[in-house]
Amino acid sequence: MRHHLILRVITKLIAPPIILFALYVQFHGDYSPGGGFQAGVIFAAALILFGIVFGLRKVKRVLPPWLVIRLAAFGVLLYGGTGVVSLFVGKSFLDYSALASYPKDGQHYGIIAVELGVGIAVATVMVAIYYAFASRTPRINDEDW
Amino acid sequence: MDVLINLVLFAMMVATALAILRMRRLFAVVMLAGVFSLLSALLFVTLDAVDVAFTEAAVGAGISTVLMLGTMALTSREEKMPRKFSPLPLLVVCITGAVLIYGTLDMPSFGSAQSPAQTHVAAQYLERTPKDTGVPNVVTAILASYRGYDTFGETVVVFTAAVGVLILIGGFARRRDPEEGDAD
Repeated sequence: MRHHLILRVITKLIAPPIILFALYVQFHGDYSPGGGFQAGVIFAAALILFGIVFGLRKVKRVLPPWLVIRLAAFGVLLYGGTGVVSLFVGKSFLDYSALASYPKDGQHYGIIAVELGVGIAVATVMVAIYYAFASRTPRINDEDW
Repeated sequence: MDVLINLVLFAMMVATALAILRMRRLFAVVMLAGVFSLLSALLFVTLDAVDVAFTEAAVGAGISTVLMLGTMALTSREEKMPRKFSPLPLLVVCITGAVLIYGTLDMPSFGSAQSPAQTHVAAQYLERTPKDTGVPNVVTAILASYRGYDTFGETVVVFTAAVGVLILIGGFARRRDPEEGDAD
């Protein structure tokens, strides 16, 4: 899409706000609509948009494929690990009240941790699926769209 | 006013669905499917289910449209014309639709205070969440804390999807990237 000047300029303009919005949805999910799942999808959308307009090679330089699949596993492990931590403190699996001296604080920390896990996992899984599809296809001619 | 908005949204969804049926160019079909998702997201907003609307807009209209485009690029961009009229799919669709409508006859009327959604556990959750967790967004509290096991399972399912796709159509194997040679 080299000659699509408008697409390139607009993508450069809106990709950073999309990522910022994803972070807002991620970390403000306790107070407003949203959470890890939505944030992950929005984050992935920014990267995929960048990839579509500027080419797979450039987005792979930002987020290399070997890192993507490891981060996806890390997200799931972060979720499970939070549960295991509460298990070691003496409460049941995924009972976040154990994570701090006050149960309400513990719940807050636990929710933030698991939502972060969900967000990382979802974002990287979406990007991984996009990589898998886009790596196989030849670049589509503009006339074919 | 709400009824009017709902009617307009439903009418637009039906129009979109009919347009999808008539289209042969799959690019337009994918775009219209995104429009359909966006309309249903608006419908969720009018139902005050903002979290669901958010997910629908991000996943249905955003990511799945992109993935459909990716799939389309791998296969064909035109729908094949059916060679002859076959009544079986029409019959299946009609029967399924009739069964679904029959199923709604048992449901409580829209917005009824006596419906199980209002009287069952929802009230308890609304009451207990501020005391238990102090999280203002009850949806997040239920998803991440009360139903933490379920959400963990969902995350694992999403991860499994990535693993499945990578095993099926590659990603682990080091293959020549078609864009690697591009000079841009």
